[in-house]
Amino acid sequence: MARTRARSSHSLHSLQHRRVGDSPAIKWLLIGIAIAVTAGLLIMPLVVIFTEALSAGWSTFADNLLDQYTLHAIGLTLFVAALTVPLNLVFGVALAWLVTRFRFPGRKLLITLIDIPFAVSPVVAGLLYLLLYGRNGWIGSWLADYDIQLMFSWPGIVMVTVFVTCPFVARELIPLMQQQGSEEEEAGVVLGASGWRIFRTITLPNIKWALIYGVVLTNARAVGEFGAVSVVAGNIRGQTNTLPLHVELLYQDYNVVGAFTSASLLAGIAVFTLAAKGFVEWRQARTLIRLQAQEIAS
Amino acid sequence: MSITVDGINKRFGKFQALNNVSLDIPEGKLTALLGPSGSGKTTLLRIIAGLESADSGQISFSGQDVTGLHVRERNIGFVFQHYALFRHMTVAQNIAFGLDSLPRKQRPSKTDIQKRVSELLEMIQLPHLAQRYPAQLSGGQKQRVALARSIATQPKILLLDEPFGALDAKVRKDLRRWLRNLHDEFHFTSIFVTHDQEEALELSDQVVVMSQGRVEQVNEPIELYARPESRFVFDFLGQVNVISGQVRQGSLSQGNAWVTLPGVQHKGDAQIYLRPHEVRLATAPVAHANLPLRIEAVSLIGSEVRVELRPEGWHSEGSNNIWEVGISHAEFNSQRPTRGDLRYAVPEVGHLFTGNDAQPATVNWAEAELAPRVRLIS
Amino acid sequence: MSTANQASAVKSQRWPLTKSRSKRVLPGFGLSLGISLFFISLVLLLPLTGLVIEVSAMSLSEFWFVITDPRVVASYKVTALAALAASLFNGAFGLLLAWVLVRYEFPGKRLIDAVVDLPFALPTAVAGITLATLFAANGWYGQFLTKLGIDVAFTPVGIVVAMAFTSLPFVVRTVQPVLEELAPEDEEAAVSLGASDAHVFRRVIFPALWPALVTGVALSFTRSLGEFGAVIFIAGNMPYISEVTSLMIFIRLQEYDYAAASAIASVILLASLVLLFAITVWQARYLKRLEGR
Repeated sequence: MARTRARSSHSLHSLQHRRVGDSPAIKWLLIGIAIAVTAGLLIMPLVVIFTEALSAGWSTFADNLLDQYTLHAIGLTLFVAALTVPLNLVFGVALAWLVTRFRFPGRKLLITLIDIPFAVSPVVAGLLYLLLYGRNGWIGSWLADYDIQLMFSWPGIVMVTVFVTCPFVARELIPLMQQQGSEEEEAGVVLGASGWRIFRTITLPNIKWALIYGVVLTNARAVGEFGAVSVVAGNIRGQTNTLPLHVELLYQDYNVVGAFTSASLLAGIAVFTLAAKGFVEWRQARTLIRLQAQEIAS
Repeated sequence: MSITVDGINKRFGKFQALNNVSLDIPEGKLTALLGPSGSGKTTLLRIIAGLESADSGQISFSGQDVTGLHVRERNIGFVFQHYALFRHMTVAQNIAFGLDSLPRKQRPSKTDIQKRVSELLEMIQLPHLAQRYPAQLSGGQKQRVALARSIATQPKILLLDEPFGALDAKVRKDLRRWLRNLHDEFHFTSIFVTHDQEEALELSDQVVVMSQGRVEQVNEPIELYARPESRFVFDFLGQVNVISGQVRQGSLSQGNAWVTLPGVQHKGDAQIYLRPHEVRLATAPVAHANLPLRIEAVSLIGSEVRVELRPEGWHSEGSNNIWEVGISHAEFNSQRPTRGDLRYAVPEVGHLFTGNDAQPATVNWAEAELAPRVRLIS
Repeated sequence: MSTANQASAVKSQRWPLTKSRSKRVLPGFGLSLGISLFFISLVLLLPLTGLVIEVSAMSLSEFWFVITDPRVVASYKVTALAALAASLFNGAFGLLLAWVLVRYEFPGKRLIDAVVDLPFALPTAVAGITLATLFAANGWYGQFLTKLGIDVAFTPVGIVVAMAFTSLPFVVRTVQPVLEELAPEDEEAAVSLGASDAHVFRRVIFPALWPALVTGVALSFTRSLGEFGAVIFIAGNMPYISEVTSLMIFIRLQEYDYAAASAIASVILLASLVLLFAITVWQARYLKRLEGR
């Protein structure tokens, strides 16, 4: 549920007041606990990943990375992401435009439906697709007649990954577009612009950063999906293993260093995602501060 | 291009925003839609623009039915209350947007567009801000850019939704004057929505007063002010002094106050509405009225001196038990009225509402001595 | 001037022709509705049919037999209790973290703020093996904890840790915006009336945070119920003791017992959807109360 927030004007404002919990004793106690638990629970794992990956030395690290099965897993993972992200991007934008710019019966229902992948266990998600498209499912058996097999192969992986990651772009865009309102687009219509022109020149620049972050986040989740892919992939080394499945395989083979090497790649992507989010928020905060300064000045 | 509004109804859920509204907006005139919030004025403006659709009724431009026409096709200029400038485009790009959006065949060349934008920038006196972004402009500058943007494609109709609502008083005054000049120069048919009666009366050729989804009165500002046709319009267009009471044998009384009503046959409940300038203050009661009031406050700001008084021995619910009378500075200097002084109101012209009559009858005491008859509104 | 004449002349030619069919002002309704409905039906709703068909092929007694199997029931208990414990911990710590991030300035704040989202961005399998390594008996944490007599890895406690890790962001990111929007004036008013910090917190601040906190905890709970990747490495997966329900489904699948897997899946799917619905309704109601919408 991470969403890019611009710091509201209140937080600037609040620094001028003496508020509850400002007494140094409480303040530093709380900060201390926060830092300690965060470091222990969140930061330490990152440290562990890279330490373990490199624990046998750099050359082993390189060997593990370049191992043929690892490379295949990386390739498959990137391929899946390359298909998933654009699909979810189109969907996310379409849904966000639909629910924030129009009123119609069922609108609230659509907004709720998009949360389903969050609530559903990934294993259940994988099972749903397996039941439908597997050889005994009603669509799967029909496809089997044409010798088309979706499950236990890359199409199945792509489909469940799309399922699991479809909310992210929409959830980044919807609050932002609701907050921005549709007046600028209305102005564009009055001035005679066509639909695409309005979207391209008015809406897109306004949602640029949230959209970018949505894509980055979708990518990270697509690359890292484990539970759902486990169910539909078939776990055949060198053929249908994505990187997270590869990590599991190595770990269960007691190849801890190898497992963490692949894990470090995934952790790297996660860290990049966090950095992207920080950047987007920084930009939004900068715009907000500039706007506030303007208001004070004008 | 004239505009005809015919039988427009609009409902939002259970709320009836517009109730069978019909209007004529003459070509080339500046019309104000005036009313409190909830009166339906913005809804009506948006329906004329095509930004909302009515449940029933018709909108015509110069006789042509445009009710089903999409807003994009109506060729109108619309100025939003909060400007709605495109925040990621420069001022120049904002102004050029309408021209840039024309289909290729009709689109002027790039240089032509630039020329037009420069002209408009000159006109709004902001050529130096062409490359700035909206966030870097003040409220007044934003509004001028919004205006320039809306007229770049030379619409015949200009619609403004509370254009000055978000601005400071001084900026508002400057922009008002400026809008009037713009209108006179380009001869748009303009409609603007406002809740500020001073603005409506000062700027427009015609005022449409609205309340609760209905049109209360349509008139030129002078007529509207001099001859309000209903209690609502009276109340809305500035301070009103009310005395209500019983009419018996040609005079209205309440408590220890009374006013004669020459030539009035009515008996029973009635109210007299008086404008601040329709009343004089005297130090003793006169032959046709005894209205004692005690001075509460004296305000010296403005070209007039405003005296606020509280009825003494009688009550004025219609105006929150406060009367307001305007006196000249000369009078103030010679009489020096102060808080606590007792004065007597001397009505010169008044507006009599009897029973549930919507339209008042004018009572003229100044002429009563010569022609003792009530003059009714025609 | 030519530009102007061009523009206005052409514009006046454009009507009165096209009577627009659509009543909507902004464009793109049809297209966006089409794409959204198509996608949602195909991706989210259609797969449910497979489950429905599979489950309805079972008789009621078969169904009941599967979902009340003692090992499965044990997994319900383990999963639900662990999720509850993790969510409560996240409620408390998440609130603290949100408070610290919103109210105070301190070195490293930006880093902490960024890292809060790590569980969201990190693959669950990676989290799984990392937590397992950290808390194993010979792991960096495990070493100290076993000395204190606390076993984390291969016990239900490990499950709680994994669930807490993966759903921490839900609480923090739900509470943070609400904390940021708190008006300082409300607190100042209370303090000026003579209330102590603790009192103001209890009576003024906490009630304002409560709905968001409940939402965050509920989301954390829902997510934890289904958590798989992060849990299975650290849990030990001992039947009746540390097996989570999603693992039960997975095991049935590996045995090709699709029917049983579906039956169990339908139970937790139903639970998730009910929880999701409840959260949505709760959110809608408290939003309406706060903002009068």
